[in-house]
Amino acid sequence: MINVTLRKTRKLISTFFSYVLLATLGILWVLPIVYLVYTAFRVTPSTGIINTLIPTNLRLGFGNFQKLFQDTLFPRWLWNTFVVSITSCAITTLFILVVSYAFSKLRFKLRKPLMNALLVLGMFPGFMSMIAVYFILKAMSLTNSLLALILVYSGSAGLSYYICKGFFDTIPKSMGEAAFLDGASQPMVFWRIILPLTKPIIVYTVLTSFISPWCDFIFVNTIISDRNLYTVSLGLYKMINAERSSFNDNFTVFCAGAMVVGGIIVSVFTSMQRYYVEGVTGGAVKG
Amino acid sequence: MEENKVEKPINETTFKKVRKAFTRGSLPTKLSFIFMGYGQIARGQIVKGLLYVMAQTAFILFLIFFGGKYILQLFSGNLGTRVSGEIWNEQLQIFEKVQGDNSFLILLYGVVSLLLVLFFLLVWVSNVVGNYENDVALARGEHVRSIKDDIEILLNKKFHVLLLSLPFIGLLVFTVMPLVFMVLLAFTNYDYAHMPPGKLFGWVGFRNFITLFAGTGASSGFALVFLRVLIWTFVWAFFATFTNYLLGVLIALLIQKKEIKWKSFWRTLFVLAIAIPQFVTLLLMQKILDGDGILNKLLGTNILWLADQRYLSLIPRLMIILVNIWIGVPYTILMSSGILMNIPTDFYEAAKIDGASAARIFTNITLPYMLHITTPYLITQFVGNINNFNVIWLLTGGGPVDNVNYGGASKAQSTDLLVTWLYRLTTDQNPQFNIASVIGIVIFVISAVISLFTYNRSSAVKGEDTFQ
Repeated sequence: MINVTLRKTRKLISTFFSYVLLATLGILWVLPIVYLVYTAFRVTPSTGIINTLIPTNLRLGFGNFQKLFQDTLFPRWLWNTFVVSITSCAITTLFILVVSYAFSKLRFKLRKPLMNALLVLGMFPGFMSMIAVYFILKAMSLTNSLLALILVYSGSAGLSYYICKGFFDTIPKSMGEAAFLDGASQPMVFWRIILPLTKPIIVYTVLTSFISPWCDFIFVNTIISDRNLYTVSLGLYKMINAERSSFNDNFTVFCAGAMVVGGIIVSVFTSMQRYYVEGVTGGAVKG
Repeated sequence: MEENKVEKPINETTFKKVRKAFTRGSLPTKLSFIFMGYGQIARGQIVKGLLYVMAQTAFILFLIFFGGKYILQLFSGNLGTRVSGEIWNEQLQIFEKVQGDNSFLILLYGVVSLLLVLFFLLVWVSNVVGNYENDVALARGEHVRSIKDDIEILLNKKFHVLLLSLPFIGLLVFTVMPLVFMVLLAFTNYDYAHMPPGKLFGWVGFRNFITLFAGTGASSGFALVFLRVLIWTFVWAFFATFTNYLLGVLIALLIQKKEIKWKSFWRTLFVLAIAIPQFVTLLLMQKILDGDGILNKLLGTNILWLADQRYLSLIPRLMIILVNIWIGVPYTILMSSGILMNIPTDFYEAAKIDGASAARIFTNITLPYMLHITTPYLITQFVGNINNFNVIWLLTGGGPVDNVNYGGASKAQSTDLLVTWLYRLTTDQNPQFNIASVIGIVIFVISAVISLFTYNRSSAVKGEDTFQ
């Protein structure tokens, strides 16, 4: 009897400690985000320097957002990013789908060598070639244009076909063969039969390629020097890293901008989350 | 039998076709070796023929007016000879500006032109092969292919060509060409002392490799620096990968415990961190950890969390790994929760009957099981961390600088990874593109070796269906 109650209390204590541990870790993980949101809504002090967590004259409000959309080029950057991400997303998705389909479902002499070549190419660090890309774009007199960004983001999309190909591999070959017997042409099989079956991975590809221009600032930094053509990421980066001083007036405004970008990314993700999870696990089955 | 005969010429290798076209081809075919498209036009494939004629004309014009010059200079042994500057003109009694050679453009356009030559060679081969196939068709009493036939072939038998051509052109322009160019830079002396257009640079063979791997001396003591950066890169990659992994799995296990309620709430709490773009969280962390940042204010301390130079910059190094845990653990939680749920429960039941403690169950069952399944994931993470530019660059920028340990010319700083060092060398006010290229090649070799290991390993894993 005593033994049972002892075991029960021990279990209770262990559960209690599990909750304490989880809660502590959870708070640690959420705290920076809370801090970001708090700073974004914090109007005082008017300079961005955060000296105290809760100043005596604390005021909250949308002042930073107002500043962001009126005093900075943020609306412009937002528009640029939308243009670049939507266009490059379309091209990237097309490239990845087409390459994965060709490597997964078609058989031709150079299939293996080409796949190996892409594997090797993918092992070079991406921005090793950045400087050369810059000069190639310059030779085409394309630098300082959104078109250059679109080309850079989607030009080498063919390299990242792995996950998508894994998904295509899971679709039985017989699907296409049956259609061929009925007299369908290759493009028809690709467009009408295989693509509708791969909706999850298409959503996954669209999502990841749509998001990446929102997060990159290195390529933009090299290619674009005109402030009007910045994307949000470079704009925000420059906003607080432009001067050598560790803090400048823009910190609270930066937090507001970060919240806007975060909000956009979260809403895009949650609206497509169901497909996203399906897409990833579906492709991972093959490994 | 009949079908076999028709298929036969298709199965020959391209090289064999070209050779046969040369030895046994008809007159139009042989003429097409020099005048591209002649054979096609002579046999009624007017459009195709004209396209080849245009391609040849364009290529010759390109060679004469642009490419030829650069290719010649590329192979002349040095990248340009005339330095631009001002030369005294005796007759006019003035200094005249002279446009010299630009080594950079010679190398860049030389590479572009060479690739175009290769591309033209492919077009030429397709021209010859097309003629040879016409020969074969005519000998059999068949018609030569019309445009309609060609399109039909492109849509069916050669559908892959149609699909792959555009993505591969993109790859060629935005990956292959720049890479060839950068790899070639590793064999030149292109640095701040040889900056075009004012100055020339040229080939130096393996000198940069020697500078990086074995160089000693006041200004070029890169070997020690390289070793330090390399060691830190691996130390960082190891800790970044395994701290994320272990903590992620442990937290996922904790959430998975039977007694814990609101599982999805806890999971979302952690996964929330993924929602914010990485560069934002990193910049935010940089500000929080700044000397004037909120952390110091809260703790009442005055520590330069990301810039303290003491103890070989131990504090910044630790902080980077900690921040990386904050960023990376949510991903591991996401990845591992699914796998953990799939661990067969009889393993656990058997262990419990044997009276194993929770810690032993973790080290003897859970961890080996996870490791077995996620080895490829771990290795790709490891390679990813070797190249983890963002975390280092946005937090410390590679710093703090401690010139005591790092040669000034090397520009390497204490928390630099190979990638951030490469980036600094190319974007610095005194850039050293040559050394940066060598570092890029080193990174490539490291990634390639580890990745190849993964691929062999994962195929081995595929063979093992059961976990023991």
